[in-house]
Amino acid sequence: MQIIRSPKVYDVCIVGSGAGGGTTAKVLTEAGADVVMLEGGPMWDSATDSAMFAWNYESPTRGWGGDRKPFGVYDGCLGGWDIEGEPYTVGRGAWRWFRGRMLGGRTHHWGRISLRFGPDDFRRRSIDGLGDDWPVTYDEMKPYYDKLDSFVGIFGTNHARETGLHNEPDGVFQPPPAPRAHELLIKRACDRMKIPVVPSRLSILTQSINGRPACHYCGQCGRGCSTHSNFSSVSVMLPPALQTGRLTIVANAMAREVTVGADGLATGVSYIDTQSNTEHQIRARVVVLAASCCESARLLLNSKSTLFPDGLANSSGVVGRYLTDSTGLSVSGFVPTLLDTPRYNSDGTGGMHLYIPWWGDNAALGFPRGYHVELGGGFGMPGYGFSGGIHNFPMSQGGGYGASLKEEYRRYYGAFVNFAGRGEQVAREDCYCEIDPNVTDRWGIPVLRFNHTWSDHERLQAKHMQETFRSIITEMGGTPMGTMPGPNQDYGLAVGGLIIHEAGATRMGNDPKTSVLNSHCQAHDVKNLFVADGGPFVSQADKNLTWTIMALAWRTAEYLADERRKGSL
Amino acid sequence: MSGINRRTMLTVLGTAPVAAAVSFTPGTVQAYVAARAQAAQPYQRRFFTDREDATIRALADMIIPRDGRSGSATDSGAHEFIDYIVAEQPDRQTPMRGGLVWLDSECRRRFDKAFLECADAERRQVLDDIAYPAKARPEMSHGVRFFTSLRDLVAAGFWSSRMGVDDLGYTGNRPTVWEGPPREVLEKLGLA
Ligand SMILES: Cc1cc2nc3c(=O)[nH]c(=O)nc-3n(C[C@H](O)[C@H](O)[C@H](O)COP(=O)(O)OP(=O)(O)OC[C@H]3O[C@@H](n4cnc5c(N)ncnc54)[C@H](O)[C@@H]3O)c2cc1C
Ligand code: SF4
Repeated sequence: MQIIRSPKVYDVCIVGSGAGGGTTAKVLTEAGADVVMLEGGPMWDSATDSAMFAWNYESPTRGWGGDRKPFGVYDGCLGGWDIEGEPYTVGRGAWRWFRGRMLGGRTHHWGRISLRFGPDDFRRRSIDGLGDDWPVTYDEMKPYYDKLDSFVGIFGTNHARETGLHNEPDGVFQPPPAPRAHELLIKRACDRMKIPVVPSRLSILTQSINGRPACHYCGQCGRGCSTHSNFSSVSVMLPPALQTGRLTIVANAMAREVTVGADGLATGVSYIDTQSNTEHQIRARVVVLAASCCESARLLLNSKSTLFPDGLANSSGVVGRYLTDSTGLSVSGFVPTLLDTPRYNSDGTGGMHLYIPWWGDNAALGFPRGYHVELGGGFGMPGYGFSGGIHNFPMSQGGGYGASLKEEYRRYYGAFVNFAGRGEQVAREDCYCEIDPNVTDRWGIPVLRFNHTWSDHERLQAKHMQETFRSIITEMGGTPMGTMPGPNQDYGLAVGGLIIHEAGATRMGNDPKTSVLNSHCQAHDVKNLFVADGGPFVSQADKNLTWTIMALAWRTAEYLADERRKGSL
Repeated sequence: MSGINRRTMLTVLGTAPVAAAVSFTPGTVQAYVAARAQAAQPYQRRFFTDREDATIRALADMIIPRDGRSGSATDSGAHEFIDYIVAEQPDRQTPMRGGLVWLDSECRRRFDKAFLECADAERRQVLDDIAYPAKARPEMSHGVRFFTSLRDLVAAGFWSSRMGVDDLGYTGNRPTVWEGPPREVLEKLGLA
């Protein structure tokens, strides 16, 4: 096959247009760089392409989306757990991998839960002796979190002041929306149990900013917001980048490998145009990988040459290693107090208005690290699966049919609450992805094989989640649904990858023997190569990771621009 | 609004074939528009036979009958949703089809006629034995399984329909101003 080479040499080639890629493109183009962005999926903009205000009854499946739309037929993400022609395999343990394939990646439908990490989250080894410290401190990250807060827009409050939890630092917040009724009920019970329930931090606008209007409270963020009132890469990061006139986006461009010159520096990226099945090469002075944590590791491992026989930037052998996901499990509960609640429009923003930050004292708990709790409930739009399993509902007639059953459905509507724990896995070298020696995807690109297991650290954390959520539900006068899974089921801990917070596969560090990137997310081995997704993370936190992906990408891009100005790149 | 649109964003590289760059799939919207178009036309059954469909409809209206507030399951089109979803989900097909045959054989065993030919009291006698999983006799287990999954499908079909949504009093899916729950809600929950 003939390779089509672009004559132009760009300043920077960014692979991926999601949270990390979008942020990098904004900062670099505004700093004057001529940037080309390769995106494996098609163009997509929620302003024109989202299904806002569609009813479930307008879809013949009543909202069910099948494999192609695992989060529902109107969900704003193209991609999924299983993508035709793009397999991955599992070696030891288990792993699930959700991939977005579109301009903006997974930022169209993500939950917008935007929790900046706290000071402790960058120095866990110093605190509990497990894993490693980051080569970056909270104080160094803080200005970037603040820039992100101000530019993107996020609501929230100063938890540290309200709760005394020092690891929940303040930010630059818009006012949070008032809580929903079920959230207030949860808070009332938690207040008695000394568990903090505070306004959540979501990158959704309660006040208009930078030409983007405030939220109109339709609760449909997952579909992609047609007024750009929440964060997606396409609605917030790419417009200013395009406005500079220095961003070229190439869609349907699946990167295959980073190309390298005789001097050991990156020269660009080769990619497949997925529409025409032709192979292309883009040339650039600097390459930034932001294809998502595992995809970027895959690209490095697939970029083999005589200079780099084990893959690019992998002299340490650490590419793919220390792969983590958040721990996660959910418990729902039936709360009789909520039966026959007068109806009101509880849509609100497309996420929880209150949540529970990590409040525990590990010294007293017998496991390291913590989790936060995402709260659910209210009167959702009825759709596929509505009131499924009503025969198991506490206080119900146990099934049946007819007029009395119909009345039961009405009464139970809105009478459930849900608690989802999202916590920190301790990073381990033996959780990793590697190239499967036998399998390629439809473009002939070798695929990843995952090896991931949980340890007792995570299992004990899961046990604590189960016990806590069940006791909150009981404190509310409710009944937890289902019996608590035991140790033989890891206490209900979700399989790795299912929480969709992959991180660590190209981790940072000061020692080139034990890390892939330096403290500026620049490859130790290849100075004009950077990573700007979850890959650089040294550890997760008891918080979701995307706000930190973006703050880190912002910092990386500023460093990169500075180095270019100095002429060292 | 940031005024980004597909055409202004698309910077076609000299080397990339133009056709490749414009073959854009607008994802959800396509599905949404197709679904709307489909909803406007009379439903074309995809899975059940006429007789199976008649049995599903009879069962659906026994599960969710018309009452003072809203119509029945079939008034809402729940049977069409059930046919569509069973056609979409192969794992449901044998259990559904087999369950309908199980029901007919059980009716024949008891009354010497199929479910549809049974009188209302006869139908109820069979349903009473399979509609309450915790109380059902072990030999009814296959019927219980079938009826349980059918009840869930009927509920999903009815309550997600426009009729069901109105009955439940769901008032969202519209732009609004958010001020938290109204006072009467807070009072009912003792939160005022
Ligand atoms: C349903 C859901 C809810 C979530 N909720 C939250 C939340 O509330 N809070 C939070 O912090 N996080 C959340 N996340 C996680 C969040 O979406 C991700 O952490 C974030 O999108 C990662 O950003 P990224 O830039 O690394 O990757 P992505 O956003 O996935 O973008 C990567 C892009 O690279 C492209 N790409 C991949 N491989 C190639 C290649 N070889 N060549 C060219 N392009 C390529 C992809 O097509 C994609 O567009 C959620 C995720 C999901 C799925
Ligand atoms: S809830 Fe608000 S931010 Fe989310 S989609 Fe609706 S209007 Fe947009």
